[in-house]
Amino acid sequence: MTHYLARRSPLLIALSLLAFCLFGIALGSASGSTGFESWFTAMSDDTAWQIVWNIRLPRSLGACAAGALLGLAGALAQGLFRNPLADPYLLGSASGASLGVAVALALFGGNPFATELLVRMGLTGAAFLGALLAVLLTLVLARGVHHTLHLLLAGVIVGVVLGAFVSLITLFRPDVLQGMQGFLLGSTSFIGWTSCALMLGVLLVCVVFAFVLSRVLDALSLGEATALSLGVPLVSVRVALICVLALATGTAVAQTGLVAFVGLAAPHLIRSLVKTKNNWIVLLSSLMGGVLMLVADLMARMLLSPQEMPVGVLTAVLGGGYLIWLMYRSQTTRSLQ
Amino acid sequence: MNLPKMALSVRDLHVSLTGQNVLHSIDVSFVAGRWTSIVGPNGAGKSTLLKALAGLIPVTGSIFLFDHELVSIDRKRRAQQLSWLGQNEPVSDDLRVWDVVMLGRMPYQDWLDAPSANDHSLVETALKATQAWYWRERSLSQLSGGERQRVLLARAMAVQAKVMLMDEPIANLDPPHQVDWLEQVRCLTSQNTTVISVLHEVSMALHADNMVVMRAGRVVHQGACTDEDTHRAVETVFDRRIAVHSLNGQWVAVPKL
Repeated sequence: MTHYLARRSPLLIALSLLAFCLFGIALGSASGSTGFESWFTAMSDDTAWQIVWNIRLPRSLGACAAGALLGLAGALAQGLFRNPLADPYLLGSASGASLGVAVALALFGGNPFATELLVRMGLTGAAFLGALLAVLLTLVLARGVHHTLHLLLAGVIVGVVLGAFVSLITLFRPDVLQGMQGFLLGSTSFIGWTSCALMLGVLLVCVVFAFVLSRVLDALSLGEATALSLGVPLVSVRVALICVLALATGTAVAQTGLVAFVGLAAPHLIRSLVKTKNNWIVLLSSLMGGVLMLVADLMARMLLSPQEMPVGVLTAVLGGGYLIWLMYRSQTTRSLQ
Repeated sequence: MNLPKMALSVRDLHVSLTGQNVLHSIDVSFVAGRWTSIVGPNGAGKSTLLKALAGLIPVTGSIFLFDHELVSIDRKRRAQQLSWLGQNEPVSDDLRVWDVVMLGRMPYQDWLDAPSANDHSLVETALKATQAWYWRERSLSQLSGGERQRVLLARAMAVQAKVMLMDEPIANLDPPHQVDWLEQVRCLTSQNTTVISVLHEVSMALHADNMVVMRAGRVVHQGACTDEDTHRAVETVFDRRIAVHSLNGQWVAVPKL
């Protein structure tokens, strides 16, 4: 590997990713059955305004925010567990979040795509608790974070078992099933302004926390003993970071359902672009998550147009392919050494 | 008589890891401003003792850092006074050399502090001392094992602690850089820094001022490296398979065939 990786400017990458996001949101607000036309007539035509302002724009912005939350969660998980395969989806936290949503719906009724702020906040809170519970369960099952294989297996087991609970709930409560179905596939089509505001607010909080705590991730990259010797209050920082991780995952899942692999791929792509400190990695992964999700959302809308695919199906296929490629590449580089 | 000042002293220390007693009733002290090496066969508990001295593992018994009990010292103050260089810790490859060494200044920085001018100059000094300055812009993934070790050593030196604990610091280094390390340790002790190192290379360890000889979780001997008794103790713990001889004014351990 050459030197340029360490010399690329993180700021430049951040600005390009931000530009990509804005471009993606603009493109997203212009794509749909009525195409660019609604964009240009929006000022004069009330229906076109409705389509652009109340349907397409929040959807694209929301997709970007959800992706940013997942990218952030992935970067935090990978740094915290010092495990390159840690990801909100693989750690089981996404399944936990969806179980939280299912339980909330079964208990209080309602629709996972409701737009009232109170409902959204309730669902987000339930998803947060579910995500937190799932991460802790995974960590207990894996007996710590050091063994990659144990962690992955535990994450898969927790994901499957919690997924089974979701199925059980939907089996007994058919009214919940209908709403949950779109939700389990991962969907951006129902994001309204309330969800957008909620996600952006949580994103801001999470980014600030992650940015402040990122120095601990730097110290942790030299090993736990070294981090401790540098005076890091390891236990309390871990708890804080797991809470931020669960909050980011829960908030994204509560609005868009299960979207796989964005949290895994975003930090990986960033690390292959630039070698830098974790404060930048966290920030850039978040932006990259937003870009990935926007791309996936646009593709989901266009590939089968006028039909739409659930965005989660697309990220699962693309992300799964990426994961296989990563495994293949690490095997070949290992055999070369 | 003027008693030498002790940087670290340990009384009746017991450590058990995963239910097994690893260290039994250790009493040992380390003279301030001197270099003490810890030697012993594999599994003697050398690394465990070093971790206990750094306050990284739970222990029973008491450890004093200068005049204060280690557990009673505030986390940040302890990090400023004790610097730690571990052995074969899983280090992620993503950080740049400069950023790694700057982490050594972490005990002096608050959560949102940017590094001060002083931090910058100390990092530069440490990088130059271990001849790692040239790689400062590279990431760790671009360095060999020995080069990494020199960066990690610079990180430990950047803490500017009164006491430095190093576990196998020269295991990956080639002979010239092992000699460099010896000179750096001499330089540190001349500035009144206490150095405590676990070493497998007995001949290197004999260059220290004092030696702690361990076997099976106990300290069997501590004394000056020039002392006859110390040499005999080293030969004994290694089953008399090595012999300590004098060669051109240095003590060396050679295989006994």
